[in-house]
Amino acid sequence: MQTIFIDSYDRWRTEARRLITMDVHPSDVQWQSNAEQPSLFDDDLLPQPDCKHGFSVPRKFLELAKNVACHRSDARWSILYRTLWRILNQHRELLNITTDDDVYQLVQMQKAVTRDVHKMKAFVRFRKVSDNPESFMAWHRPDHRIVRLAAPFFARRFRGMNWSIFTPDESVAWDQSELQYGPGVPASAVSSEDALEELWKTYYASTFNPARVKVAMMKREMPVRHWATLPETDLIPELLQRAPTRVDQMIETQEGFGQTAAHFMPTERSLESLSDAAGRCTACDLCHDANQLVFGEGPANAKIVLIGEQPGDLEDIQGKPFVGPAGQLLDECLAAAGIDRTTVYVTNTVKHFKFTRLDKRRLHKKPDSREIFACRPWLEAELEEIQPDVIVCLGATPAQALLGRDFRITRSRGKRLQTEWCKQTVATWHPAAVLRMPDQSRRHQMQEQLVGDLRMAVGE
Amino acid sequence: MLRKQTASGKRAAQRRIRATTSNRTRHLAMDVQDKLTILADAAKYDASCASSGSKGTRPGSKIGSTEGMGICHSYTPDGRCVSLLKILLTNYCIYDCQYCVNRISSDTPRARFTVDEVVSLTMEFYKRNYIEGLFLSSGIIQTSDYTMEQLIEVARRLRVDQHFGGYIHLKTIPNASSALIEQAGRWADRLSVNIELPTESDLVQLAPEKNKPQIVGTMTGIREKIDETTQEKKSGFKPPRFAPAGQSTQMIVGATPTPDLEILKTASELYTGQRLRRVYYSAYSPIPHADARLPGQSPPMVREHRLYQADWLMRFYGFDANEIVTESDSNLSLDMDPKLAWAIANRHFFPVDVNRASREELLRIPGIGVRSVDRILVIRRYQSLRCSDLRKLRVAWNRTKWFVQAADHNPGLASLDKLDLGKQAKPKTTQLMLFDAAQSAVSGEV
Repeated sequence: MQTIFIDSYDRWRTEARRLITMDVHPSDVQWQSNAEQPSLFDDDLLPQPDCKHGFSVPRKFLELAKNVACHRSDARWSILYRTLWRILNQHRELLNITTDDDVYQLVQMQKAVTRDVHKMKAFVRFRKVSDNPESFMAWHRPDHRIVRLAAPFFARRFRGMNWSIFTPDESVAWDQSELQYGPGVPASAVSSEDALEELWKTYYASTFNPARVKVAMMKREMPVRHWATLPETDLIPELLQRAPTRVDQMIETQEGFGQTAAHFMPTERSLESLSDAAGRCTACDLCHDANQLVFGEGPANAKIVLIGEQPGDLEDIQGKPFVGPAGQLLDECLAAAGIDRTTVYVTNTVKHFKFTRLDKRRLHKKPDSREIFACRPWLEAELEEIQPDVIVCLGATPAQALLGRDFRITRSRGKRLQTEWCKQTVATWHPAAVLRMPDQSRRHQMQEQLVGDLRMAVGE
Repeated sequence: MLRKQTASGKRAAQRRIRATTSNRTRHLAMDVQDKLTILADAAKYDASCASSGSKGTRPGSKIGSTEGMGICHSYTPDGRCVSLLKILLTNYCIYDCQYCVNRISSDTPRARFTVDEVVSLTMEFYKRNYIEGLFLSSGIIQTSDYTMEQLIEVARRLRVDQHFGGYIHLKTIPNASSALIEQAGRWADRLSVNIELPTESDLVQLAPEKNKPQIVGTMTGIREKIDETTQEKKSGFKPPRFAPAGQSTQMIVGATPTPDLEILKTASELYTGQRLRRVYYSAYSPIPHADARLPGQSPPMVREHRLYQADWLMRFYGFDANEIVTESDSNLSLDMDPKLAWAIANRHFFPVDVNRASREELLRIPGIGVRSVDRILVIRRYQSLRCSDLRKLRVAWNRTKWFVQAADHNPGLASLDKLDLGKQAKPKTTQLMLFDAAQSAVSGEV
């Protein structure tokens, strides 16, 4: 029986090679893993192998051994040697039989080591220690002696910065050209908070969905022994404590149709009953400041429906759509296109006037998307009642409401498009946009286009 | 902007108060912190978190690598991993999809990151080893193309200006032009187009502005470009990279009454037709400010889990959607995993002899996974397997034992023809439902 002290994989490899060549049976060797204790034997004193009897070892075994060597278990050297001996003397394919006791143990150790390497790659947290050059530092406590297995990965990943990782057994540093290994360092040697940790914790807390809690899963994948170096783990107790209440709140705070016009729809639908019901609509806040509701106007059997954005100042006072300056321009254009306004149904996307006050004047303000959304059921109900052959959208607001929010007047003005309400939906300038155009020749051109689009819309 | 005084709102307010007492740089950081609170929160309903599938790191990278296997850097108490910085560029959106917290008609607080902010957050988080890369999605602002251009700009800046070699997953925007998709694929590792809901009629009902042909059309575009790139590589050219980690999609489950069979058929079509790498199933979870048409209930997490199991069976075990869903209502059984359910319904197929059966047959045994099957095939070349060997391989023996024949006597087999086998074989503890889980979460016990 001989006792051999091993402090590294390379040492084990040398010794194992020697013993195999001398045909020493595994039961005749005692392997001791003790780096502190100096070897009792000097290499020179040991009988040297006869180089004539070379042997080859499956590559797979060498890879396995390299990993297993990093395991903390004292038994690893003897199991490795026994397995090597059996591979060479009993069964060359032994490693494939994963149910064999020795192979099984080695594979378990290898798994523990590779898992530990994986956890190191995942849970090392660098802290920035200087800006110029950018340098980072981390303290990590792996279960096994894996620094040399994991370090090349960090060198590849963080090639362009200086970093060091300290562990109780060993440390490693990268200066953007080579890895240097050094002695172990206690946790206390690496301190200093990183300013970014707050941001990271913010992210962590926000990305957690309280409606799905699975603590056991979390702990299996992120073992509690690593929590000390992970800044975000401080937050876990509070996140868990608040989770049930947050879910209740999420379920309770429903909104949506209670706040759209759909809630105010009459059961019997006609243009009159709709207009009547719309007068009582409070789906959005616009009803509070406007004088009155301005519903659509025109015959129920109209072939053409014109849709504007929202009533203006005069419309709000009179309760009728398109009676102000823009309405007058629209009348002009309709006449020019040979369309009789009394045969047309004219309405707006939003039925209440939205404005801001400046002194005594009320200035038009564009309705926002929520108001458009809330009011939309009225428009849809009107279209359903009338079932027009042609819809003309005046301006971007009605066009986007019917044709999708990607729609751009400047790009698709005057094109005949199909929508679910009507085969021929055309969008053109809003008369108010024509009026507001300061450039005279451009204004004239826009008006021509508006007339042209109207004429085209009712044409064949 | 309506901003409700929610808990996170309060926290943000407290932070702002603290910030005023601090110096200016800290104040600027606070701004990003508030945005991060909103824009990470808004992205958390996206189920995708994978950061694997890219074969090698881009040449010339200074910070960041992709080496095939993704790494999870942290786990949240929902048991899900944090692998990528998963955020939205903005949660403003001109669309009105009812299942989505960011839809235009929702009162959720809004924010928008600048391209610079996302680039710097990604780099700084990455350098500290918090993340594997970036998953960037966005609400749709202005137009689809404009939004897509912004996402691409983030990815381009990371690759070109920062020499970033880490993982980038870009969510493509519906309707974005094919030229933009091509650019996106050049900088990103993975592209995804969310199918959102399993059927056309679900989309009409809850996402009227999206339609299936358009979504699938975008996927086809990506698939063709991926194919083209592989072809060119095969012929010895060096084409620019295009989405080396392929494409994926997400389906919301439980927002509509569509049964599992339909969901799995859609998934199966996407795997074969579009060669997707992954289909993610996301149990519809209650969202703040939810539309009244949606179920206000806890997410169907067990169902989601069963769908993933079924998905796995289709991709790696040779099962067909029609085989897996056996219940008459076209839904997966909730109290039994789909493979076990199939085995109980097809007992004539068993027992399977582990020492003789083909790979395909072995794959159908409950409790035995693909890796165990591969090991069995290797080991039995040298020796025959006994029951104890199977247990050493860590198969789920409690489920396996009723269905296998090994070299020695297996007493479990005697029950194969018994009527109550289903009851015996299914796991004793039923899966935790959401509120049990929340309860146990407080104590830390599960």
